[in-house]
Amino acid sequence: MIDRAVLKEQFVKWVLVAFALSSLLFLFLIFAFILGEGLPLFLKVGVKKIILGMKWAPTKGYFGIFPMIISSFLVTVGALVIGAPLGLSCAIYLSEYSGKRMKILLKPAIELLAGIPSVVFGFLGVVYIVPLVRNYLGGSGFSLISTSLVLGIMILPTIISISFDALVSVPKTYREASAAMGATKWQTIYKVIIPSAKSGILASFILGMGRAIGETMAVIMIAGNALKIPTSLLDPLRTLTGNIALELAYATGDHRLALFSTGVVLMIIIMVLNYIANFGIKRKIAK
Amino acid sequence: MRINPRITNRLVRWGLVAQAYCTVTVLVLIIGIIFFKGFPQVNFAFIFSFPQDMGRHGGIFPAIVGTIQLALLSILLATPLGVGTAIFLTEYTRESTFTKLIRFGVESLAGIPSILYGLFGFIFFVIKLKMGWSLLAGVLTLTIMILPTIIRTSEEAVRAVPRQLRIVSYSLSASKWETIKKVVLPAAMPGILTGIMLSIGRAVGETAAIIFTMGSSLRLPLSLMESGRTMAVHFYILAREGISMEKAYGTAVVLVLSILFVNIIAYYIMNKAIARYS
Repeated sequence: MIDRAVLKEQFVKWVLVAFALSSLLFLFLIFAFILGEGLPLFLKVGVKKIILGMKWAPTKGYFGIFPMIISSFLVTVGALVIGAPLGLSCAIYLSEYSGKRMKILLKPAIELLAGIPSVVFGFLGVVYIVPLVRNYLGGSGFSLISTSLVLGIMILPTIISISFDALVSVPKTYREASAAMGATKWQTIYKVIIPSAKSGILASFILGMGRAIGETMAVIMIAGNALKIPTSLLDPLRTLTGNIALELAYATGDHRLALFSTGVVLMIIIMVLNYIANFGIKRKIAK
Repeated sequence: MRINPRITNRLVRWGLVAQAYCTVTVLVLIIGIIFFKGFPQVNFAFIFSFPQDMGRHGGIFPAIVGTIQLALLSILLATPLGVGTAIFLTEYTRESTFTKLIRFGVESLAGIPSILYGLFGFIFFVIKLKMGWSLLAGVLTLTIMILPTIIRTSEEAVRAVPRQLRIVSYSLSASKWETIKKVVLPAAMPGILTGIMLSIGRAVGETAAIIFTMGSSLRLPLSLMESGRTMAVHFYILAREGISMEKAYGTAVVLVLSILFVNIIAYYIMNKAIARYS
């Protein structure tokens, strides 16, 4: 009788261990299969010809994704240029200036907006922002600037809610000490609160970057998907994610392998970003 | 020249207020436009009839059913896995290299963008395991994708259960598993439910990972091996291929409303739970 109870406890424990291991297994499978499909082409064609290659014509043996790497980088920076200052200002307003009722109303509203699917943002970008850019700035409207704008808005909820949490968690005594020294509210925010919440704010930017660089469907709809390095804000471009999504459905042979190679490059970029984000946060905590 | 700090203070204040209102206006505008343009398209027939002519006419019934099937099935798979992992991490181990490894796995899964899940699901489930574009391939891909959310929220919820509850349970000679099943899990239920609702929201809105695993067939998937289409995928195809703007707005309203609905429920449950424990 007692044996059965003990046995059951042991059984449950091992089932739970197996469940916990499943995440690692999935991660391993994802790595193994994307690398397994993506690496052979690097060996066959050469890392340099893929990563620094300028020409993408996968059916003719050209697998250069350099323009896409640059484009992914540009839209991400563009999104951050638009999203970071707006998001941070909004977070500062919410945590330092707004009344309690406003806070209760706005914080959940902004977090709910984080749930709006990216295709909806992409669609609104096509319907409203692309024509706006076309009419007032020129070009086709499918451009670096439109994409950055839409991505910048898309990452706002992420940036606002994480920076807000960081700002709010700055101890009240810091604020009081600063006020006691005769500092104005802005001096307090600028010299005391922002520096103490720095790591959280940076983490929000990096997470926003991660979302922007990984975004796919919205980007395909607005970016124009041209195969060259954009030379102005009004040029169309194609990102790494867009390249995969545009061609995966019909690609075969080396062409399909090349899309997985694109995936490998994207994965490495994302891993580096995540590492920086985690490292930054951990170092702060250690301090 | 030095500007009086008090003037700077006031200027900054106005600047921040203006920016905050701009941001909120843009975000409200997004919802407003979708609702304003979309609501006229939505009626009983739109929700309950089949699309005709690639979606140019008719409704979105199969896409709604496809979305529900996909979301429910992946939640059904991901919840036991995720909650189990969370219980293991909080109740059965101390912090060790092993838990660090698992946490690393969960964090990494959370950071992978959805297109890479699509790429993986396509090569592994669709091609290597020969499932083809099917509901099953979509469900399995999505299960892995939402797992980190469920693990994180459940772990927080389980950890927040007061220690006294466990001690009382042990003192009544309950075993570890009995304590977890009868005491810890019920107490952590609101937090776990919040994670589940947030995951449903993510499943409903996902496109990139689904389109390459579940495909985009307009028929109603009647078995796990058939391809189907979710609302998000339907919306994407309508909008990108310029099939019908009216139907696209209509689909967007249903899509956004269902996501807002599950997210609001998630918020409600969470706030109730917070109120109970503080």
